[in-house]
This record gives sequence, C-alpha cells and structure tokens, in this order.
Amino acid sequence: MTAVSSSTTSAAAATRRGFHFSSKWIVHIVLFCLAVVWLVPSVGLLITSFRPREAISSSGWWTAFSPAQFTFENYEQVLTAQGMGDSFINSFKITIPGTLLPILIAAIAAYALAWMPIKGRDWILVVVLALLVIPIQTTLVPVLRLFNQFGLTGTYLGIWIAHTAYGLPFCIYLLRNFFISLPKELMESAKIDGANDLTIFWRIVIPLSVPALASLAIFQFMWVWNDLLVALVFMSDPVNQPMTVRIQAMLGTYATEWHIMSAASFISMAVPLVVFFALQRYFVTGLTAGAVKQ
Amino acid sequence: MSQKTWLGYLFILPAAVLIVFFLIYPTIRTIQLSFDTGMGFTTSEFVGLDNYINLFTRDRLFFNISTWPPAGAVFNTILWLILFTFGTVGIGLLVAVLANSVRYEVLIKTIIFVPMAISFTAAGIIWRFVYSPDATTGILNALLIGLIPSADPIPWLGRTDIVNYALIAAGIWLWTGFCMVILSASLKGLPTEVLEAARVDGANAWQTFWRVTFPMLWPTILVITTTMIINVLKAFDLVYIMTQGGPRGASRIIGFSMYFETFQNGKPGYGAAIAVIMLILVTPFVVINIRRYRREERER
Repeated sequence: MTAVSSSTTSAAAATRRGFHFSSKWIVHIVLFCLAVVWLVPSVGLLITSFRPREAISSSGWWTAFSPAQFTFENYEQVLTAQGMGDSFINSFKITIPGTLLPILIAAIAAYALAWMPIKGRDWILVVVLALLVIPIQTTLVPVLRLFNQFGLTGTYLGIWIAHTAYGLPFCIYLLRNFFISLPKELMESAKIDGANDLTIFWRIVIPLSVPALASLAIFQFMWVWNDLLVALVFMSDPVNQPMTVRIQAMLGTYATEWHIMSAASFISMAVPLVVFFALQRYFVTGLTAGAVKQ
Repeated sequence: MSQKTWLGYLFILPAAVLIVFFLIYPTIRTIQLSFDTGMGFTTSEFVGLDNYINLFTRDRLFFNISTWPPAGAVFNTILWLILFTFGTVGIGLLVAVLANSVRYEVLIKTIIFVPMAISFTAAGIIWRFVYSPDATTGILNALLIGLIPSADPIPWLGRTDIVNYALIAAGIWLWTGFCMVILSASLKGLPTEVLEAARVDGANAWQTFWRVTFPMLWPTILVITTTMIINVLKAFDLVYIMTQGGPRGASRIIGFSMYFETFQNGKPGYGAAIAVIMLILVTPFVVINIRRYRREERER
C-alpha cells in the first residue's frame, strides 16, 4: 500500500481533475455502447415477431416504424398451427414436478446430512461435490438404455426422474450448506422438548429456510424450463415435447421463416422473463449460490 | 440412539437411490461403453482403445493437426476456452466496475443480465437472426453494407473461418451477466476504508482499480473463471441450435461432438469415448471443489 501511494502521489494529483472529468464521459459512452449491443439482438427479434411475413422479407426490422405495420398473426399461427400452445403446456408439465421433486428429496437428505448422525457423511458429501461438476453427457446413453427397458423413454415420469436426479447434487449441496448454518441450540432445545427429527425438519427447518428454498426453486425452475439436451434425449415423443425441443424441430423446416421462429422464441421466453422480473432478487441469490454448479 | 441412526439413513435413501442409478452407475457404464462399439446403447463388441485412437488419429472433425491453425472440436473448444472465458469475465468485470459509479446502475446491470434468464435455444434463434446472411433481415450485414456499400453480405455462420468467433460472441452475450452479477456483489463487499485510503493517498481511479480493487477481487475472478471453463467443457445447446456443428463440421465443440456421434451418427461407443474425455477434462475442477469444501468445513 505505501509503495503504491508514494510512487504515484504527485502524478496523480496533477491529473486528477482532468482525468475524472474525461473518464466520467468515457464511462457513460462505454456503458451506452454495451447496452446497445446487449439490447439490439433481442429487440430486433421481438419487433420482427410482430411484423407481417411480407414486411420481414422486404425491409429490415429497424425500419419497422415507418410505416408501422404490426400484427399478432405470427403468434396465433405459432400457437395453433405449429403446436407451440401444446408445447407450452408440456413445458409446465415437465418443469413443475422437475422443480418440486428434486428440492423435496434433496431437502430431506440435506437435513440428515446436516443434523443427523450418519456414518461416512464426509464421503457422501465429497461424492455430491464431484457430481456437481460432471457433465450430463456422461450419463445420457446408459440412462436412456435403462429408460428403454422400463418403457420410460418419452414419458413424463421418465423426464421427471431424469431432471430430479440431475438436479439433486446441486440441491443437496446448497440446502445442506444452508441447514448447517441454522443455530444448533434450536435443534437441541426442540429435541429436549421431545420433538423427533421429522417434526424438527418439517416444523422448524423448512419454515426457517423459505428464502433459500425459494431461490433454489426459481433456479431449478429456470434450469428445467430452459433445458434442451435432457428433453432432446428423453422426450422423443413429439406429443410431449417441451418448447425448446419444438423450436429446434421447427428450425428444420422454418429456419429462415422469421415470422414463425421469432414468435416461437418469444413464447418460450415469456415465462422465464416474467419470473425473472417478478422474482429478480431470489433468482440472483440462487444464481450466486450456484456459482459452483454447471 | 440406534433408532435415530436408522432414521437418518432412511432420510438419505431416496436421494441415494436416484444418484446411484442415474448418475454413478451410468457414468461407470459410459466408461465401459467407450471401449466398445456400444451398438444398441449397450456393450456389444469390445474394441479396446480403438475409439480413442480413432478420435485422435482419424477424425479430422475432432482432432486435426495437419492444418494450421489446427482444427476440429478439440481446438474449437480451446478457442472457446480462451475467448469466451476472457470475454465473459472481462466484460463482466468492466460492467461491474463502471456501473458501480453511475446512477443508472440497476438499469444497465439488468440489460446485461437478462439473457441469463432465457434458454440457449431462444438465444440461439436471436443470434441466428443477427447473423442472417440476408442484409434485409440480418442487422450485422445491414450495418456492414451501410458502412461499406460495395461489400457483399457475409454468411457469418456459413464460413468456416468466421463461424466459431460468431458463436463465441453469442456465448459471451449470454454469460457476461452471470460474471457481472457475481463480481458486482463481491465488489460491493470490499472494505471501503481500503479504497478510501488509496484515494486519500492520491491514487487515481485507474491506479486504485489495478492495484487495490483488482487484487482484492482476484479470488472471485478465479471462481467465475473456473465456472466459465466448466461451462465451455459441457456446452452443447448453442452450437446445436445455431449451426449443428457446421458448416462441414467446422464449429463442433466436444459437448456437441458427443451428442452428434452418439445420437445422430449412430456410434454410441465412439460418443462415449468423447464423454469420457469430457469427464477427464472436468476432473481437476472436481478436485478444486473438494479442496474448497474441506477448507470451509474446517472453518465451520
């Protein structure tokens, strides 16, 4: 610290005013440019999704306001004729159990790993940590084979099980870390009062963990809703496909039919965007805690 | 006491069964399959190390050192590792630091972060549109022709020498918000006295950043850098949606090659060998995680 300050004091003092004046402008310009680069791609596709097909192919979306020509027809067509409406429902059918099941199973296990005597607890946690990092790709083929044998491929039950298993390591890791940070005295006094572990888990630990559970639920919800790979492999049945799989299938025939692809994309984005803007705080918390996942 | 112990194991049983059947057992099976043709998704014909040997000697779309620069999924993944990691962490740091000093901090951070909420599938469509080879739909080509009227539109995703950079740019757009949020949280947690002291000592903004802020953020930078590296090693969606690994296999990365060889090319054993390579590549990060866990447990 002292070396830093002594060698730079005089030079810095001389330029300080000028530097701050000009740097403030540079900051605004840099941030403005980044904002434009980050916004333009999505805004372009959003505007396109409301333009008639002929308009899209004859003029760029950046000219869309002169003359303004907008329509909901693309959304209507995609939701009905292209089956995005059904896929929208399918995405919910996959995602809701795919969010609740892993959290429930992980919470019970995480409580035991945090507060109950278990031999080899340390070992189990090391395995969980290792599984956090392992790519899903490593498990796909044997799980698919297992699913084929039990007739689970292409079924909701199959994909629920898959998402539950893939989500477990992260859910257990996060919840165990949270549970163990709860005050020890609380559990001990409850035990003295004669409460058993199931009561402590359900009546004390779960109510105290609502914020952590909410963050985790949102994180897992987004993860499953946005998943492509797991659904692509295990949800081969077109009737049950979620939106991500439907969109990639539509690319095969409509790759350059932007009126269709743009509307389809924004339908798939609607729910995550609502969740994001409504529950931003929880989402960011979950994501920050999840820095070790992926 | 004995009844309590018994209950604890009952609590972890459902999780343990799922983890063993759907994560641990399949991983071991995949390692077995990598020494086999894997036809019918099961061990059918043992081929020893053939899959691995073929990957590194015969498969030019996986590992090709006969050209300069070297090509194939392995080298594309290396290109991703370098550019994507620097891009996401670098721009994330830039925004975190700059936004900290302006009044519209929340707005700019939200704009950069929103792509994290949407699927890679939707993001892939968004960027296909940006890169459209047609100058009346693709903004990038419209800009190019606006600036240089004599230029021809460039098929950004259709040229083997550009496609990887185009994909990496889309990847950076997606993940920068993540890095920014983590770095911003860490930045706000820094002790203000130290920054104040540097300023009192006459350090300007630039010096304060490089000599005080940056070193203090370093542990966080390391954590998100490893997260970004793991992301690249597992990445699949963006390449699958935007290029299907093309043109002519030029944009494959290992996570995509594994899927392609297994499910589209009908070579599950060969795909399993790629999965095992992915497993080997992430192993150092498993070790890092376990070390960090042990340290945290000691402090607890």
